[in-house]
Amino acid sequence: MSNILSITNLRKSYAGGFEALKGVSLDIREGEILALLGPNGAGKTTLISTVCGITMPTSGSVTVGGHDIQLGYRAARQMIGLVPQEINLEPFETVWNTVRFSRGLFGKPRNDALIEDILRKLSLWDKRKSAIKELSGGMKRRVLIAKALSHEPRVLFLDEPTAGVDVELRKDMWKIVAELKKDGVTIILTTHYIEEAEAIADRVGVINSGQILLVEDKDSLMSQMGKKQLEVELTEAIAEIPASLADHGLTLIRDGQALLFTYDTRADRTGITSLLNDVSQAGLVLNDVQTRQSSLEDIFVDLVSGENA
Amino acid sequence: MNWTAIASIYRFEMARFFRTLAQSFISPVVSTSLYFVVFGAAIGSRIQEVEGVSYGAFIVPGLIMLSVITQSISNASFGIYFPKFIGTVFELLSAPVNFLEIVMGYVGAAATKALFIGVVILATSMLFVDVTIAHPFAMLAFLVLTCLSFALLGFIIGIWAGSFEQLQLVPLLIVTPLIFLGGSFYSISMLPPIWQTVTLFNPVVYLISGFRWSFFGIADVPIGMSLLAILGFTMLCLGIIWLIFRTGWRIRS
Repeated sequence: MSNILSITNLRKSYAGGFEALKGVSLDIREGEILALLGPNGAGKTTLISTVCGITMPTSGSVTVGGHDIQLGYRAARQMIGLVPQEINLEPFETVWNTVRFSRGLFGKPRNDALIEDILRKLSLWDKRKSAIKELSGGMKRRVLIAKALSHEPRVLFLDEPTAGVDVELRKDMWKIVAELKKDGVTIILTTHYIEEAEAIADRVGVINSGQILLVEDKDSLMSQMGKKQLEVELTEAIAEIPASLADHGLTLIRDGQALLFTYDTRADRTGITSLLNDVSQAGLVLNDVQTRQSSLEDIFVDLVSGENA
Repeated sequence: MNWTAIASIYRFEMARFFRTLAQSFISPVVSTSLYFVVFGAAIGSRIQEVEGVSYGAFIVPGLIMLSVITQSISNASFGIYFPKFIGTVFELLSAPVNFLEIVMGYVGAAATKALFIGVVILATSMLFVDVTIAHPFAMLAFLVLTCLSFALLGFIIGIWAGSFEQLQLVPLLIVTPLIFLGGSFYSISMLPPIWQTVTLFNPVVYLISGFRWSFFGIADVPIGMSLLAILGFTMLCLGIIWLIFRTGWRIRS
């Protein structure tokens, strides 16, 4: 798969001296969904703003579809759609005119059928004649998405698109994202809802303090870094872990009703067999056994806290 | 050139104007009528003629210029300041458009609105006094150029302004005094010699003089000078805007 977006050693320092991006390099493949995770102030929005032309880079280069964002800004920007984090809309204009304006601004000829289709998919069709100020917050968010889609971008940036929206819109949005992916649109999204990134992304990038910490295929990231936990439920609660089980690094949970064993899926031996043998020899009777894998959120928290430590 | 984008910006800006069309129409009619009552009837009755033209007719070009200049500035400055204020400017900055296309859209719309008001004032004036236009094409050219050049200045003010108060500052403190002292309601030949010389440093004098010439064939300064002044002012504003977009001053961090 070829790269549609290449960011090389991108730096951005603001007038006050704050360095928001410290040499970011990132290649994004055509047609993929990349979830960019990072705490507040990590540089996610600055990165997106710089690629889109809202912020000027201090140094480094960015190409979109082979076009440099400064030398070939017209061709580069024509390929990009942006759904910003903040709800910024002209309050007195109608939904229809606002969306139509975006299409024209990007140099695309009038196409009412396409705009109708977008508005219907986003459940905005009935509101097309309403002024933006009459809409709810969730509806305004939909208008922002409609505006970004109106000029048929090949690369779509979704900057925290589900922040503060209801479940209905979130579902609609992910349905549209899935359709766009099917059409070959590349999607870069930042989100605080890590479970969404986990469910929808092909790759995950983690950014912190203006630096990319990792970019990995989501599944391999999960299997490489994911820890598994084995919960051993006992028939009778115990007050403390028997000395014979001390080497297994167990934790007593649920008021002594269960033992929690953490193991690494990448290790040659997980230690499960010997644990179960030792539990049996210690005279404990098992009621149930279950495993669970750590989520992307756990991995993210581990990574960022490790970086900040 | 991204003509579709220019047309989109222009249409979007004009929509704001059409939403308040009644206000846009009524306010210049009312204010022009007031000027005629005060300057035309009350004061004008004591001044019979200025350079062979009745005082009521003499002030028409100045009145049009007064409104057209202030309207061009306020329309264009608000047009670009408002997207900055509500944050929608992000779309403009991320669109495949260059500075000239953005300017053509915003300034074109602001100038059109001002031109409309100028025509309304001229029509209203004709209800009060007999106005003859000696050089109609020159009149139209001066009107259009004035609308465009001051809309360019308004655009610069809109980018510079950090608040609604600042948006009003330059028009109130600099532009309005320059217009009033630029011969809107008098001929500069009526001033003492020293003030005639001082007045020549006011750029608006050249505009009003040229515009008045297109009506009555009389001017305070040579018509060529007037034309040169307005063209020079237009080029200066365009140059400043080009520099603003090149450096990203106040719009792109």
